[in-house]
Amino acid sequence: MSTNAVSDTSRSLHGRGTLAGDGGNKNPRRSRHPVILSGGERPLSPWQRTGLLAVLFLMGLYFLLPVWWLLVSSTKNSGELFSSFGFWFGNHVNFMENLRQLFSYDNDVFMRWIVNTLLYAGVGAAIATLFAAAAGYTFAKFDFFGKRLAFSLVLGGMMIPVTALALPLYLTFNSIHATNTYWSVFLPSLVSPFGVYLARIYASTGVPNELLDAARIDGAREWRVFTSVGLRLMGPSLVTIMLFQFVTIWNNFFLPLVMLSNDRLYPVTLGLYQLDSVSTYGGAPPDVFGMLVMGVLISVVPLIVAFLLLQRFWRGGVSAGGLQ
Amino acid sequence: MSAVTSTPSRTQSNPPSRPRRFRKSRQNSAGVALLAPFGIGFLLFVIVPLVYAIYESFFHSVTNGLGFGPAKVTFDGLVNYIHVVTSGTFGQGVLHILLFGIINVPLTLGLALILALLLDMKTTPFRGFFRLIYFLPYAIPGVVGAILWSFLYEPQLSPYTHILASMGAGRVNFLSTQMILWSLVNIVTWEWTGYNMLIMTASLNAIPQDQFEAARVDGCGRFREAWFIKIPQLVPALIMTGVFSIIGTLQLFNEPFVLHAITDTVSSNYTPNMYAYTEAFTANNYYYAAAISVFLAIVTVILSFGFLRIVQRRSGL
Repeated sequence: MSTNAVSDTSRSLHGRGTLAGDGGNKNPRRSRHPVILSGGERPLSPWQRTGLLAVLFLMGLYFLLPVWWLLVSSTKNSGELFSSFGFWFGNHVNFMENLRQLFSYDNDVFMRWIVNTLLYAGVGAAIATLFAAAAGYTFAKFDFFGKRLAFSLVLGGMMIPVTALALPLYLTFNSIHATNTYWSVFLPSLVSPFGVYLARIYASTGVPNELLDAARIDGAREWRVFTSVGLRLMGPSLVTIMLFQFVTIWNNFFLPLVMLSNDRLYPVTLGLYQLDSVSTYGGAPPDVFGMLVMGVLISVVPLIVAFLLLQRFWRGGVSAGGLQ
Repeated sequence: MSAVTSTPSRTQSNPPSRPRRFRKSRQNSAGVALLAPFGIGFLLFVIVPLVYAIYESFFHSVTNGLGFGPAKVTFDGLVNYIHVVTSGTFGQGVLHILLFGIINVPLTLGLALILALLLDMKTTPFRGFFRLIYFLPYAIPGVVGAILWSFLYEPQLSPYTHILASMGAGRVNFLSTQMILWSLVNIVTWEWTGYNMLIMTASLNAIPQDQFEAARVDGCGRFREAWFIKIPQLVPALIMTGVFSIIGTLQLFNEPFVLHAITDTVSSNYTPNMYAYTEAFTANNYYYAAAISVFLAIVTVILSFGFLRIVQRRSGL
């Protein structure tokens, strides 16, 4: 009976809910449709326009050229990497061969690294987001003893960079002989103070109290109120939290570096670092380079694509982090 | 179905936007349950490690006689910290990050500010396109970016060395003692400029449009508009990105660590964090490494505390 009533309520109010849920993303929205004033800026003179474009273009080259080099180099064999001009293609196309070498290296260890990364960063970020959403929702919608202190601790935790925690985490895990396990990297990744901070903002702006009360009067338990009203209205902003936590985990190189010694447990970043240090320029078998360049390319492309597709979500996070 | 029929009477009696007092006891226990997963994780993987590292940092390991037998662990008080502060290696690391920060922070933020302002003008062509390209390096993980640049610095491989040589600048070695600091600065600038630019862009978008209208009526040009209206409103964003950049500088590890793997110019103790790593995993001196780590964290937290207060004041949380 009661479950029926809840789904009924949330459905009937869903139209209003999605509008309210966008509240957290209001700023980036506005930025994409700037108000163009009739008496606005004077148009640029042709000289100004050319100069401006030249500056913007040069800066674009600065940011893009390394990625272009990566694309071009992934098609070369190790010999041509050294002998041909870096920003243009060589005479032979070695792309597939590099790919084959990379994935067959050391009993297909690269595939393991990819799967590990998806586990640490993908699954880790998803669970961290749920935890952060629940905590942020609680901070926004409940009163409890010690709330101010607890939230100050969260803000303090936000200020502690992940690199500063890596060594203390290692010492702690070492004292219970739990280093060099999946858990030693996975569990610390589930904690996202920044996510809680964002979730609190999203919950207090995007989840109206009236809806929660309506669900409660309809007989829903608090847990149902959270999952069927709170989580649903926070929906789009949760993608933002997840994206930022994904990047944080994926960028945290220090933690797996100190925790893991078995290379079967490595994430891609640590694996590539190991390949890079093995290749110690000049001394290594030359074919390592083609493989390594391919590995770097593969680790870069998915995230770039994800960022392009999910633009509106990270913009929401950047502006919330910057303004609120 | 009886629940549905009771709905018309709901919420009217409640004053809007007050904290909920509804069925308080049940709500509070539910609140605790919702907070628990994060709270336990925060306790176990943030608070406990920090406390444990502080505890460890007060001890010292002494090997007996010729180093045979189990090492004896003795309480040392603040001795480890005195060693850290007076250590020449640590001092050199601090000098490195100081130099690095003095160059990198103004460079990254200055560049980000200029780009944000240029892309904020409505008359600038292809604004969205350029904004996206400048932000792109942020999508590349720090270590991978550093590995990528380590290719581009390698003298035999580098297309930049090639181009500079053909322009008559001679063979520039980006990994030489004279260049290494700039090479490190370049990697970090490349990675973070776009991100900082976006934070400033978000701030610029929040400026009410009527301010510009008024300025234009008064005949205010582009530069004066940027200087007198936009930049003053960017101050909080500049402070925030500044504090984040300083934190990043203090904690600098990934980029010099990757370059250390390919060149001797970057020593294994190049930054304080690398020093802590080397002490822990090469010298097996965990207690001392804990002291370095805690000392760094404390300095970092003190510096970011100012920022914390700004955040609290602005958001009212």
